[in-house]
Amino acid sequence: MKITGAQAVVECLREQNVDTIFGFPGGAVLSIYDALYDAKDITHILTAHEQGATHAADGYARATGKVGVVIATSGPGATNTVTGIATAYMDSVPMVIFTGQVASSLLGKDSFQEVDITGVTAPITKHNYIVKDAARLPDIIRKAFQIARTGRPGPVLVDIPKDVQNTVIDYQKIKVNTDYISEDTFHPHFYTKARIEKSVNEAVEAINRAEKPVIYAGGGVNISQASRQLVAFAEKIKAPVTCSLMGMGAFPSSHPYFMGMVGMHGTRFSNYAVSNCDVLIAVGARFSDRVVSKVEKFAPNATIIHIDIDPAEIGKNVNTHIPVCGDVKKILEKLMDMVDEKAPNGWNKQIEEWKKAHPVKSRPAKGKLTPQFILEKLYQYTKGNAIICTEVGQNQMWTAQFYRFDEPRTFISSGGLGTMGYGLGAAIGACIGRPDRRVINVAGDGSFMMNSTELATVSRYNLPVVQLVLNNRSLGMVRQWQKLFYNGRVSYSTLGAEVDFIKLADAYGIKGFRLTSNGEVDDVFTETFNLDRPVLIECVIHPDEMVYPMVPPGAAIDEIID
Amino acid sequence: MRHVLGVLVENQPGVLAKVAGLFSRRGFNIESLAVGTTEDPTVSRMTIVVEGDENVIEQVAKQLNKLIDVIRVADIAKDSVARELALIKVHTTPATRNEIIQIVSVFRAQVVDISKDSLIIEITGDQDKVSALQEMLKDFGIKEMVRTGIIAVDRGNRLIKNNNFKEE
Repeated sequence: MKITGAQAVVECLREQNVDTIFGFPGGAVLSIYDALYDAKDITHILTAHEQGATHAADGYARATGKVGVVIATSGPGATNTVTGIATAYMDSVPMVIFTGQVASSLLGKDSFQEVDITGVTAPITKHNYIVKDAARLPDIIRKAFQIARTGRPGPVLVDIPKDVQNTVIDYQKIKVNTDYISEDTFHPHFYTKARIEKSVNEAVEAINRAEKPVIYAGGGVNISQASRQLVAFAEKIKAPVTCSLMGMGAFPSSHPYFMGMVGMHGTRFSNYAVSNCDVLIAVGARFSDRVVSKVEKFAPNATIIHIDIDPAEIGKNVNTHIPVCGDVKKILEKLMDMVDEKAPNGWNKQIEEWKKAHPVKSRPAKGKLTPQFILEKLYQYTKGNAIICTEVGQNQMWTAQFYRFDEPRTFISSGGLGTMGYGLGAAIGACIGRPDRRVINVAGDGSFMMNSTELATVSRYNLPVVQLVLNNRSLGMVRQWQKLFYNGRVSYSTLGAEVDFIKLADAYGIKGFRLTSNGEVDDVFTETFNLDRPVLIECVIHPDEMVYPMVPPGAAIDEIID
Repeated sequence: MRHVLGVLVENQPGVLAKVAGLFSRRGFNIESLAVGTTEDPTVSRMTIVVEGDENVIEQVAKQLNKLIDVIRVADIAKDSVARELALIKVHTTPATRNEIIQIVSVFRAQVVDISKDSLIIEITGDQDKVSALQEMLKDFGIKEMVRTGIIAVDRGNRLIKNNNFKEE
């Protein structure tokens, strides 16, 4: 069939079963938007800013497991997606970003709204394309989706010059398998059967010998949909489970083996367990500096087994004794069959003792309303059934510590890049992707203000997202570091009362509540969760509330302050 | 330690930038990089000389393999055939010209251009040989010099092919 490049973009979206995209129109994507005008089967969510669109597509992808799709125009439209792309890249989120580009004849001439976006995004995409030959457009889009969703997922950008969008091409519809495919189809030589078998055997031997094993689960477990396998495996070898921030939800928080996060703001017992274990089984995790802190002191006595689909993660940040490269789910299934069942043992008792001695608890309150209390109440009111997005900073850490995640894809947060301003956009995407779940964005006042313009999107589509703004009139995590490591010199981290959040919400037609004491939480949450509409709850907390426990940067993870 | 990597890549615009960008952002040290087409016109081959220990080289290879345009990465053996070409424009006077030509012939290099006060010498060889000639010519006054960087091929049956994804 003869259609234009722009129409081919829409047809290719249909091939991929894409029904929702996020974007913002502009000069260089007018043809694609014209094609979308007729595509009633594809819902286009118009955001206030391209960054918001990118975070929304990211949140959509994390909540559903599908590929998030973004459209932005050339130049500033494209550069506005950069932070969102980098966020997705760091956390391995499958996304395809279409950017318009000036016409081929104008490329390289500093034309109006021209930016070399493939150059700009090369380090933050899994791959990118600029389409110079319209005939290749459909195949490039298919490949872009395939790359985005296979192996270790990631964002792929497709830059389409205006003339390519308008060129008539011969398009043939094809049938596409849109499932997540764990094997990286591009470099199969890393996954030879012999290699995997050898390392699995070594891992089994080490696990059978282990007296003090610990499982360290990361985001890869969520991506590989291996939660069930992980639980079964942990139960069989009686191993306590800790997780990275990205691994939240991969192992149920309510499970007796769960120890919470490890690392800088990990629980004491997680950090003790990792520091004292004899075998550390890392599953779909990448030993980020926020987990490891001081490399030489991380699991110093342990044989490290590292299971990951990305060979480049193995041996990158810490030395691995037994590298197992492959899909987490498949490897866990293999290990499950081969390892010996262990009996409850002294190591399990030791962990229980540590848990009792160092419970996750609120410290004596600084103010009448405490973030820990709010988050525990939030869990109670949502019964753990909600999808929780966060911004970045104290709000994010408190959420990870005090809300309990029992299911994959219910905790959506910028882990690797630490993008303030991520949560609101992500919550929009999650809400659209999972209309069956209530979506809450836990924010701080600082990070919330970064992209609060997206309240316009919440309002436009009447999305029943709850904004829980923990307002401490400061950039809390910056303040915390300044208090602890910069002699209390709170340089430019103090915000004032310059924003009336209730009026701000009101301006967007969003229902606002202000909380000032723990005693008011029940009433406001009861009302909020009975309302099927957008809500903003401002929680006025004390600026000196801190996130504890904490490992000072560069210290060993069992050198904890709290 | 010095390692020579043979890297097959898609012969497409932007690939060199992606490879070079990877090295700079990950802090890997490139000593030289040479690139040209292969027997298959859709495939280019890069020869990259990298400085680093085994762990670094392993990371370099793995990170290169993550680039979609990279087809194959191989660590080329120490005993491979490795060659570099250099063009050296050296200052001459009637008194020094003959001496220079003698040095050139000892190195089995060639004079490819001659003028009143300079010669252009073409030399092919491994890096040490090129450097040795450079050292010998230094005192005559090197006006200009350009080196291609090493290209290398393994001996015998060891090949870097884009279709040898066989079980190892």
